[in-house]
Amino acid sequence: MISFISKRLCVAFCVCLTVSGLSFALMFLTGDPAIAIAGSGGRAEDAEAIRIAYGFDRPVTVQYLDWIGSALTGDLGQSIYFNVPVTEIIGNRVGVTLTLGFISFIVALAIAVPLGVAAALRPNGWIDRIALIIAVSGQAIPSFWLGLMSIVVFGVWYGLVPISGAATWQGYILPVVVLSYYAIPELMRITRSGMIDVLSTDYIRAAKAKGLPMHLVISRHALRNAVLPLVSLAAVQLGQLLSGSIVIESVFALNGLGRLAWESLLRSDLPVVQAIILILSLLYVLLTTLADILNAILDPRLRGAS
Amino acid sequence: MTDATAETTRASIWRKMRSNTGVVIGGTLLAIIVAIAVFAPLLSPHDPIAQDLTRRLLPPFWHDRSVPEHLLGTDHLGRDYLSRLLYGARVSLGVGLGVTFVSGVIGITLGLLAGYFGGRIDMVISFAITTRLSLPIVLVALAAVALGGASLVTLICVLGLLLWDRFAVVSRAAAQGLRHQEFIMGLHAIGAGLPRILFLEILPNMRATILVVVSLEVANVILLESALSFLGLGVRPPTPSWGLMISEGRDNILFDPWLIALPGTAICLLVLAVNLFGDGLRDIMGPAKR
Repeated sequence: MISFISKRLCVAFCVCLTVSGLSFALMFLTGDPAIAIAGSGGRAEDAEAIRIAYGFDRPVTVQYLDWIGSALTGDLGQSIYFNVPVTEIIGNRVGVTLTLGFISFIVALAIAVPLGVAAALRPNGWIDRIALIIAVSGQAIPSFWLGLMSIVVFGVWYGLVPISGAATWQGYILPVVVLSYYAIPELMRITRSGMIDVLSTDYIRAAKAKGLPMHLVISRHALRNAVLPLVSLAAVQLGQLLSGSIVIESVFALNGLGRLAWESLLRSDLPVVQAIILILSLLYVLLTTLADILNAILDPRLRGAS
Repeated sequence: MTDATAETTRASIWRKMRSNTGVVIGGTLLAIIVAIAVFAPLLSPHDPIAQDLTRRLLPPFWHDRSVPEHLLGTDHLGRDYLSRLLYGARVSLGVGLGVTFVSGVIGITLGLLAGYFGGRIDMVISFAITTRLSLPIVLVALAAVALGGASLVTLICVLGLLLWDRFAVVSRAAAQGLRHQEFIMGLHAIGAGLPRILFLEILPNMRATILVVVSLEVANVILLESALSFLGLGVRPPTPSWGLMISEGRDNILFDPWLIALPGTAICLLVLAVNLFGDGLRDIMGPAKR
């Protein structure tokens, strides 16, 4: 158990290190970051001054170690555009993304798990059919388009919800609906297949045979075992909801991390972009590592195989 | 496998394809869209980038104010919407196939090497897959396109370098399953070169799986390209990309919602066609490992 967890943590650490290197390397994708900051009309002296001011004249490895060292102490650098610490800007925006991501996640789980169980109890029944339609359409409809069309229909034509912004809680309704719509099919599919596997086992037959009511068979015996693959997938989905909200945030004009990243890209504010990529990746690594460890605790069989 | 049996399996696959609803509907739809993309210059009534500011925002044919010359109306710069939609199929399909080719080559090579050799090489490549999966793909793609300069070639290279993971996973599994098979060990014993074993012997054995991954990835890339173009960092104007058209129509969402409804429907139809076709193929060729 300990060795499994420490091995998993070691991989997670290496992934974090590589990801930090990649987001750092982004700065150099433009060629010379000093010229990028000075702008195409900037003079050579300006670029040189910027190079010294930002420390671009130092060797790349020194710059990276400096960046990662300050990142570890919670300093992600200065925003070039606002000239304030990146952490401050991100701190102001992260709440919206986390709220949107977590609410959508809970909504998706609350819909997907019961539907998945229901579909497993009656394969090819009408719930199963509806689930298939949701899944097939969800795979084909671009999320930003669904968002825009829902604004047109529910915001403009019927006036049921505000068409943009998150000044009131109603502003979250459409973004949550759209975002969770994309998490539901996968979560539901894995609940369904897990339940179908479990329902055909001997101990479920035994539980049924001893006269246990069906809802207890499901809640006490079946779901508990079917939930194992759901844990890993749920972590992946939550990570994708958080990073996927970039498109949704810009459609609904929500001031979250995704929109901040997009705006920062448009004004070449690279330190902010780097920090957001780093944060989202680390969050994903954290979630999937936690899910693996949780799975190992829930299912002793997994501990042997790493 | 002799020629005769190859002939019969090919015939039976063809028969199965024709009896699978998904393949028939998806395939027909896909063939129509491909034909539209190829023959866009012949089919389009107007130049897709020719502006006519005196005829801005004309509505489509079902409206009273519509004019017969512009069947699906015009956009905010007076460009013929039908022509732009037809040419848009070129961008979507071109980017979809181009990216899938690049990511396929990268992913399959890495996956075959990892699966065939195992050990340390496998560790490094599996680690690369894990790292790639933890990157927020839309954001990294946006950043890379924004910084790497905007052209169709950059877009295709950036997405190709980012989306190879699924190819790598399936070809790694296939190579692992095959490397201890007698015919592979026999080839190794007679001194067949590595490229020959990997690409001429193992690769053909996983054709079906690769085909399914290709369909999944093409659909995925088309959606991603439309999202990037929608955010203004994918295909650049005045190229008619469906995602870009949606973003351009956004300012007129109140009075002319068809400006976003039409290109969105086009994306949905294309992706649906690719998915139906791919899912049908998967059913025919047996379950594919994901």
